[in-house]
Amino acid sequence: MSTSSTSAQPRAGRAGTGTGPLLEVRDLRVEFRTREGVAKAVNGVNYSVWAGETLAILGESGSGKSVSAQAVMGILDSPPGFVTDGQIVFKGRDLLTMGKEERRKVRGAQVAMIFQDALSALNPVHTVGAQLGEMFRVHHGTSRKEAREKAVELMQRVRIPAAKERVGDYPHQFSGGMRQRIMIAMALALQPDLIIADEPTTALDVTVQAQVMDLLAELQDEYHMGLILITHDLGVVADVADKIAVMYAGRIVETAPVHGLYAGPAHPYTEGLLQSIPRLDQKGLELYAIKGLPPNLLRIPPGCPFHPRCPRARTICREVDPPLFEVTDETGTPVPGRASACHFWKETLHGE
Amino acid sequence: MGSYVLRRLLQMIPVFIGSTFLIFVMVHALGDPVNALFGDRAPDPAVAAQIRAQYNLNDPLWKQYVLYMGRLFRWDFGTTFTGQTVTSQLAAAYPTTLKLTAVAFTIEVIFGIGLGLLSGLRRGRLADSSVLILTLVVISIPVFVTGYVLQYLVGVRWGVLPATVGFDVTLRSLILPGIVLASVSLAYVARLTRTTVAENSRADFVRTAVAKGLPRHRVVVNHLLRNSLIPVVTFLGTDLGALMGGALVTERIFNIHGVGYALYQGIVRQSTNTVVGFVTVLIIIFLLANLLVDLLYAVLDPRIRYA
Repeated sequence: MSTSSTSAQPRAGRAGTGTGPLLEVRDLRVEFRTREGVAKAVNGVNYSVWAGETLAILGESGSGKSVSAQAVMGILDSPPGFVTDGQIVFKGRDLLTMGKEERRKVRGAQVAMIFQDALSALNPVHTVGAQLGEMFRVHHGTSRKEAREKAVELMQRVRIPAAKERVGDYPHQFSGGMRQRIMIAMALALQPDLIIADEPTTALDVTVQAQVMDLLAELQDEYHMGLILITHDLGVVADVADKIAVMYAGRIVETAPVHGLYAGPAHPYTEGLLQSIPRLDQKGLELYAIKGLPPNLLRIPPGCPFHPRCPRARTICREVDPPLFEVTDETGTPVPGRASACHFWKETLHGE
Repeated sequence: MGSYVLRRLLQMIPVFIGSTFLIFVMVHALGDPVNALFGDRAPDPAVAAQIRAQYNLNDPLWKQYVLYMGRLFRWDFGTTFTGQTVTSQLAAAYPTTLKLTAVAFTIEVIFGIGLGLLSGLRRGRLADSSVLILTLVVISIPVFVTGYVLQYLVGVRWGVLPATVGFDVTLRSLILPGIVLASVSLAYVARLTRTTVAENSRADFVRTAVAKGLPRHRVVVNHLLRNSLIPVVTFLGTDLGALMGGALVTERIFNIHGVGYALYQGIVRQSTNTVVGFVTVLIIIFLLANLLVDLLYAVLDPRIRYA
């Protein structure tokens, strides 16, 4: 299990106004106490996001990427979910030790979340205008009429055509892409410092995906927000992310600036993920797939959790859980922001 | 919307005719009303013949029905054998029952939804288990048992509330019968609300509401409860009719001269006009309550739209 910090340096000219990162998650642990036993969903995760920066958290279903985001947001289903350890430091204050009411005021206003399925995430019985306006009414005490005007403005901001006429419509009357725009508008409403987007484009078709991602990137740039992008889609990540954290079995197995990761993965799991992207120049060949299934979180294998599926696994992998090693280039100088939780990261990265 | 209401109102006509005809036939199947009127004594043939002629009892059943319906549309519900008009009976009985229903319905809505919400939000905890056990007990005990026990304890032994109602109908005297009448429906409403609240509390839109930083009461009332009430409203609507017609036992226990009481008297005395008249009005109330529920649906759930 790793405790080393995985924060990458902010890109030049994009550093936050404060001294530290906007959000820093330290050694976060989350478990689900179920009838079958305790499922350890997040096991000592560290990451940080600076203002204006995009962190992509990559991983398959059940890797703990959504759960860690829910813990940051404070919307974990509890019971059965519990944060058992760690700190979530947002603008210098630990969200986990904050009072309930204080934390509620952070939610939505300073940290906002975009959900995967906008149809079920929006309330079917309220108009989109009411749901958007609710943000202003609750957090700023705006009047009903003014909140409605602000809702129209927001809808125009995310480029929903005929916003004025559609503000009184219900979520089911919008198309999938438009609904996701409304979700984005809702998250943007109070101009938060940090937005967590939990698979924002998974439920959309490919052409709409690009539009929504572009919009999100553009708005992030304009408001200089931190963005955590949770996804399993490597294609989405490449375009918008600054740095990437790959999660497996509730821990971060590799972190890297975005281009470094695509150029040379330092963990066999990341390598497998990249190889399983369909490529045009390999038409007709069988698509690569990582063998086996993600581990059962009730019984995470000893040693490196990835070893049962790893083509490079040796004896040490079955016995010793690798910490996050600092990754160096061929000359031995450390690459900033790069780390890998693999005993054989050198072989993986530099090829052998 | 308008055309939907019109269509529904037109659909009511065959339902109304069919159900009144069934009631008409069933009441006649009870036996000869003239014999019943005289009880154990043999009726004087001349008197019997006169009554039969007066009430068209010699005509075939379908003709009697047609004549009855014809009078009904002129707001003439006929008279009983004692000469009292059914209209006056209705006027005497319905206000009382309406008051009782209003009291019972209010209790049912407030406590049913309240307990259900409490239970659904604390699913698996003590409050939840208590509500589940309590409602199960209420559902399993027959109304006349709850009625007599409460009447004895609250009305007689402790003297907190009036034990009977009688002719002087006050709100205070209706509280106890209201509780008894509402009890079973209340238990069903509580259980139904509990289920939908428990289900919806895990819904994505409730999580969104929390993520928006809304205060808890706003999440619960505006987002959770609002969405959970849709099936409950259906039940409440149909139950409104059932409360009015089903007050028979409660009205007997607490000596309330309402619809149930009048219907009971009508059946015992085989007064065709009384029974058919009261049931006809009940049918109309039932149909209107159902229409109201269906219209409320569209208000509560905008995904349902009537063309």
